[in-house]
Parts: sequence; C-alpha cells; structure tokens
Amino acid sequence: MAIEPGQDASASERMTYRAAQELQDGNVVFVGIGLPNLACNLARATHAPGLFMIYESGAVGAIPERLPVSIGDPSLVTDSLAVVSQADIFQCLLQRGLIEVGFLGGAQVDRWGNINTTVIGSYANPKVRLPGSGGACEIAVHARRLLIIMRMSKRTFVEKCDFITSPGHRMNGKSREELGMPGGGPTRIITDLGVLSFDATGEAVLTEVYAGVTPAQVQAACGWPLKTSNALTTSASPDASVLRLLREKLDPKHLYL
Amino acid sequence: MNKLCSMKEAISASVKNGSSLVIDGFTHLICFAAGHEIIRQRLRGLTAIRLTPDLVYDQLIEAGCVNKLVFSWAGNPGVGSLHALRRRSEAGSSERLELEEYSHFGLLARLLAGSAGLPFWPLNNYFGGDIAQANPAIKTVQCPYTGRELATVPALHPDVAILHCQRADKEGNAQVWGLLGSQKEVAFAAKRVIVVAEQIVPTELIRKDPNRTLVPSIIVSHVVHEPWGCHPSFVQGFYDRDNDFYVKWEDISRQPETYQAYLEEFVYGVEDRRGYLARLESGLLDKLRAKARMCEGVDYGY
Repeated sequence: MAIEPGQDASASERMTYRAAQELQDGNVVFVGIGLPNLACNLARATHAPGLFMIYESGAVGAIPERLPVSIGDPSLVTDSLAVVSQADIFQCLLQRGLIEVGFLGGAQVDRWGNINTTVIGSYANPKVRLPGSGGACEIAVHARRLLIIMRMSKRTFVEKCDFITSPGHRMNGKSREELGMPGGGPTRIITDLGVLSFDATGEAVLTEVYAGVTPAQVQAACGWPLKTSNALTTSASPDASVLRLLREKLDPKHLYL
Repeated sequence: MNKLCSMKEAISASVKNGSSLVIDGFTHLICFAAGHEIIRQRLRGLTAIRLTPDLVYDQLIEAGCVNKLVFSWAGNPGVGSLHALRRRSEAGSSERLELEEYSHFGLLARLLAGSAGLPFWPLNNYFGGDIAQANPAIKTVQCPYTGRELATVPALHPDVAILHCQRADKEGNAQVWGLLGSQKEVAFAAKRVIVVAEQIVPTELIRKDPNRTLVPSIIVSHVVHEPWGCHPSFVQGFYDRDNDFYVKWEDISRQPETYQAYLEEFVYGVEDRRGYLARLESGLLDKLRAKARMCEGVDYGY
C-alpha cells in the first residue's frame, strides 16, 4: 500500500507505534503475538536495535526475518541466539526475574489492570469460553513492567472482570505488595483512543489521548468512572516513514494491521 | 531393540479407551498423524493433555474421543477459537467436556514433577488471580527455608506420550531441534512413549551428535516412521506451517456439518497418513518444504 502524504494512521498503527515508544534499547522483552510483536519489531527497526526479544515458545534473542504468524513460528528459530525448552523459559527466564517488559491483551480489563482471558460469564457455566491464560498469568506476576494493549469499549473495559486470569495492581482489595508478587505490574494500557497510566493506588488514569480524541469519548468507551490526569497530553502519532516501515516491511500482508 | 512399527500398531498397542494422553508440540512438531489414527480407531473416554490443545485436539473432541481436557491455552494460534471445544464447554451444552485448567507454567510444573519423580512442584505464581480458585489441584506449601508461601501443582503421569521429532533410530533415540516445547518433560513423565519421526537414521548418526538427542530409547516403547506426520503443523528444517489451512479451518470448524465433512474426507475416509497426504492439493507439499539453513558441524573429539 503506497503512503500518501498526510495519510492518517489506522488505530492499530497508532497503538503499535505508541507501544514501541515504551521500549528502550537493550530491554529484555517477552514478546506476544499480534500488535506487541509488531511494536517490538518496529522498535528494533528504529530506536531500539539492541532490543532482546524472547518468545514464549522458546526463541531467545530472536530476529525474525518475516512476521511470525503464530507465537511458535519457525522463523523465530532461524538466527535466534538460543532456543530453550518452555520449562526453561518460565523457570530460568521469567520466574528468575530476567524479563524487563511483558505485553498482554485480553477480553476484559478492569481499573486495576486485572485481565480476563478465561471466560465471559461464570467459570462453571460460561457464556463464552476464551482460550485461557497460556503464559499470561505468570507474565503479569513476574515481568518487571507490563504493557497492556487493548481496544477500548464498555464491553472490554469493565468495572469488574468476570475472571481474573492475569493479576494487575489490586485483586479483591489486596495489593501486589501484600500478596508478595515479584513483578511491578502494569504501567500502561495502550488503547485505540489514548493511553492509561496507573496512580499510586494502582488505579488506571487517562494520561494521553490521540489527536482528535476527547476525554469524553474515552469515558464513553470505559465501563467505570475513569480518572483523568490534569496534565493530559497528546500521544505521538507515526509519521510517513514509520507507516511505510509498518505497512511495507513489517506487516506487508496486513496480518495484524 | 527394533521398535519400528506402523502408526496403526503403535496406537492400538498403547492407547486404550479411558487412557490419558499427550500429543505434544508447541505449534511445532504436533503429530496430526497420531491424532487422526486415534480418531479412526474410535477410541473413547480419553483424557487429552497439552499446554496448547489446538486443531488436532479439537478434532479428537469433535470425533467424540475425549471426555476431559487438561490444558493451559486452547485456541487456533494466531487465528481464532477451537469450535468443538467451545460447543462442548459453553452454557447449554448437552455433552459437557470436563476441563482442568492451568496456566502454561502450572502445567509445565506438573510435567516437571512427573519427569523428576516428585509428588509436586513449587512455583512462584497464582497470587491474587482466579485460576487457583477455579482449580482445586493448585495448592500452596510453606517453604521450609524462607517461610514463604509457594503455589504447588501435583505431578502428572500421562498413560501415553506421543512425540514427533526430526529423526530417530529404530530403538527410539530421538533428536529434535527448533522449538522444544515440553517434549522432554512429557516423555519422562509419561508411562509409555511413542516416538514418531520424519526420518529413521542409523544409531551411528545419533551417536555422532549426542547433544541433540532429547529423548533416549530406554523410555520409548514404539517408533513410527511418518514423513509429513505433522501437517498442517510444521517441522523445523523439513516443512513450514500450512498457515492457509489454519485460516481456512476457522470456517470449516465453525459449522458441525462442514467439520464432520472434513473428518469424513481426511480422517475416516483414508487408510493412513499416506492416504491423507494423497488428498492434499497437488503441489502443496513442495510449497511448504523448508529451504535449507545448515548449521556448522562441531568437534566432539577428545
């Protein structure tokens, strides 16, 4: 797809670009598939060439030549620094505390950054059976900081998750510290409307919106009374060179964009 | 001892009605050939175990082989849902599938305990969330050294583990490269192991590169030579994932009618894996064949 001057970025492209800004060169990052994978590869292709990418499937120090179609794509193995068993991934890398940044999405998120990827409705008799945790629960427990990427709607940003698969800052009134959780918990929720950060109590606060988005629009897509920062800023948008990189090189078949 | 046999023989000798079973693989090395043979033999009441039950497990569910699923992430990776699983686990389903659910780390820890001959495995996990509430097998223990509370999961000993590998000898020494999943832990935890290989090679070749052997023959009961046994999954260095199939599967599996028609044509309607491969669109296998990327040899001398 050719990039026309002034052509607007799509919601996915804005989210991917904004997520990439959270990554610093040299970070050890646990890469999820989809937009997180694109964001990591975008960061590596731009400001963070030394990003150290680890995939749940076992690829350590991966530099995939093509966009992986799943978290276990063979292109993750080719040219990796190491390939280890999944037991090693979860014990030696994640539980050992070596992961600096983790990424998660989900079907529901609440004001404390708790995420549900298990069921909609009751656990015993679900309305919708979702895939489950995978490694999400332990990524949320152990990553030193966690980035959540989710599109906003009243259906997904809920007052209370039907099931807490991956813990955020407060669960049933208890803090991470009280529960003895090693990782730092979520630091940002990157959405298609703006970015939420977390205050000292662990509650999500709207701190950024994309150009043209109002706080009222964000509130309309949120299932709880959303705190808004007094110092609300505008999120950076990708320029034409970044859009070209995303569309022509990183996701040419538009699998995720 | 030569353990080479057909898939038909390996399955009928090892898997019984009511067996607990792992067909391992993490997107990589998923032995669809074994799953299809189990469906053809119309085995019933199985407990199917794997971190990532995917299409072949969903096919086992649709075919009525499975009563219980032990898992940590169930989906069509990168594409969508498992529709037979959803039909049998959502509200109102008349044929309820029993689910026993962990996170990846929890289920891996069960296999680690099983493979190490320990009754349980501790992990620093499950604080505050709902997974441990939903699964009474997840308990806690106080560390005798630090006094800290740790989560625990019980050892898992599947009746049968089926592992696909790039190459093995006739005795079952199996070499694997690329994504390793939990193949080693599953093999040592299981009571019986079937090794399925893309290539059967002389034992001398295995001995020339011993670090690559993931599963030694002493725990293997059957060896099956089944080239392309993982399609539509992939085998590093042999063939790529057939991603178009995974995408198409979303539509095929959404309706019970098209799902059953697929099973009739590609599973019940063929004798074995050769029959399955013969039904694939011509030229597909050539398209999926991996391009070579050889590694440098190493010196094992002393």
